Amino acid sequence: MSVTRQTSLRAARLALAVLAAAIVPSGVLSHAFLDHAVPLVGSTVHGSPGEVKVWFTQELEPAFSNLRVVDQNGAQVNRQNSAVDPSDRMLMEVSLPNLPPGKYKVFWHALSVDTHTTEGTFSFEIVP
Amino acid sequence: MFYIKSELYLFDRTVIRFMMGGGIVAAAVWLTGQPEPAGAHGFAGDRFFPATILTDDPFVADEMSLPTFTRPPTGADGSHAYNLDTDISKRILPDLGFTAHYGWVNSAIPTMKTVTGFGALNTGLQYQLFIDPQREMMALAGLGVTWAHTGRVAALAAPDFTTLTPTFDFGKGFGDLPDSMPFIRPFAITGNLSVDFPTKTESAGIPNPNNFNYGFAFEYSLEYLQHHVKDIGITAPFDHMVPLVEVAFTTPLNRITPGVRTTGTVQPGIIWSGQYYQIGAEAILPINTLSGKGLGAVVQLHFYLDDIFPRSIGQPLLRW
Repeated sequence: MSVTRQTSLRAARLALAVLAAAIVPSGVLSHAFLDHAVPLVGSTVHGSPGEVKVWFTQELEPAFSNLRVVDQNGAQVNRQNSAVDPSDRMLMEVSLPNLPPGKYKVFWHALSVDTHTTEGTFSFEIVP
Repeated sequence: MFYIKSELYLFDRTVIRFMMGGGIVAAAVWLTGQPEPAGAHGFAGDRFFPATILTDDPFVADEMSLPTFTRPPTGADGSHAYNLDTDISKRILPDLGFTAHYGWVNSAIPTMKTVTGFGALNTGLQYQLFIDPQREMMALAGLGVTWAHTGRVAALAAPDFTTLTPTFDFGKGFGDLPDSMPFIRPFAITGNLSVDFPTKTESAGIPNPNNFNYGFAFEYSLEYLQHHVKDIGITAPFDHMVPLVEVAFTTPLNRITPGVRTTGTVQPGIIWSGQYYQIGAEAILPINTLSGKGLGAVVQLHFYLDDIFPRSIGQPLLRW
């Protein structure tokens, strides 16, 4: 193989390595987005659910992630036990007392393991 | 004889009126808005604004488009072109960003030899005026610069003069509408308003006008619908798609060449956003024959550098 061809091959390999380094993610790190929730986002449920569960697209930092549920007057109604599931760090949940019919809003604040913060809301309604 | 008019003509009465109007709008937004720390790549509360292809984004970010491949409609002169472009946005401070755009062009005019080369280099400095999470609003002011002699001037009509372009960009999501309008709330609009100030009033006998540029993106976020409004069972990959229509127009304000009027395109398409990158594709429809003939298309691969490199180049260069 000629010296010129060897040099060309080395240059091509270097270019590929640079491109790969540029586009391949550096681990499973990113913003955590809501994947799905129970009760379902925007749903109507019969009777008070015992808890709200939210699954995210990334693992969460338990110390800096939380769920909050408020009623139509903005009063917080959830129990003070919002937590990330230790066996599934993509799941965050909080317990609810027996709630009367009405509209409720869930506020979630999520810190993914790479320190990206995201937050969001969704609503659900309880009917008798 | 080649003659360059006085630079005083850069700021005639029409242009000054536009500048004053833009200044009033920016001041009003600044005064009524509640400044918030800038989030990475286009978040305002529940709303995620994807990086649009045709129009500028109303947020500073650490992102890169590589590549953007465009097959424009056939030119008014019958030319067929292919463009390969790259864009990069980098935050210097959390609310201050830098942008750069450069592109390669392959242009063929019937009966003439195909020409290739780079177009002009565009750079920009942007400041995030505010992000309002509750109202899903954001706005940005910037100054774009198209640099002289950074592309093939003679063969590809790249400019031999530098153009300064103050810009105002905004975004508004409609998630703050009442819950009784669930299928309207995923809508969002982003927009750009800018005026070009060329530093030469003529090039090779052809006038360089002050142009008013205005563009909008009308977006419907299936991600917003599924994850923030109502779970209707949209699954991947559709739950990360944003169908949209982008429009952009340019109207000369002065030094108008006879026969030259507003040009622009309407571009319906779709953007899919993932964790680290997004892919977008749009059709290109010229609004008149001066803007081109037939149908064009553009596809773009766009990377979120803040997610790919969260601890290095995805961070602002300085924290101040």
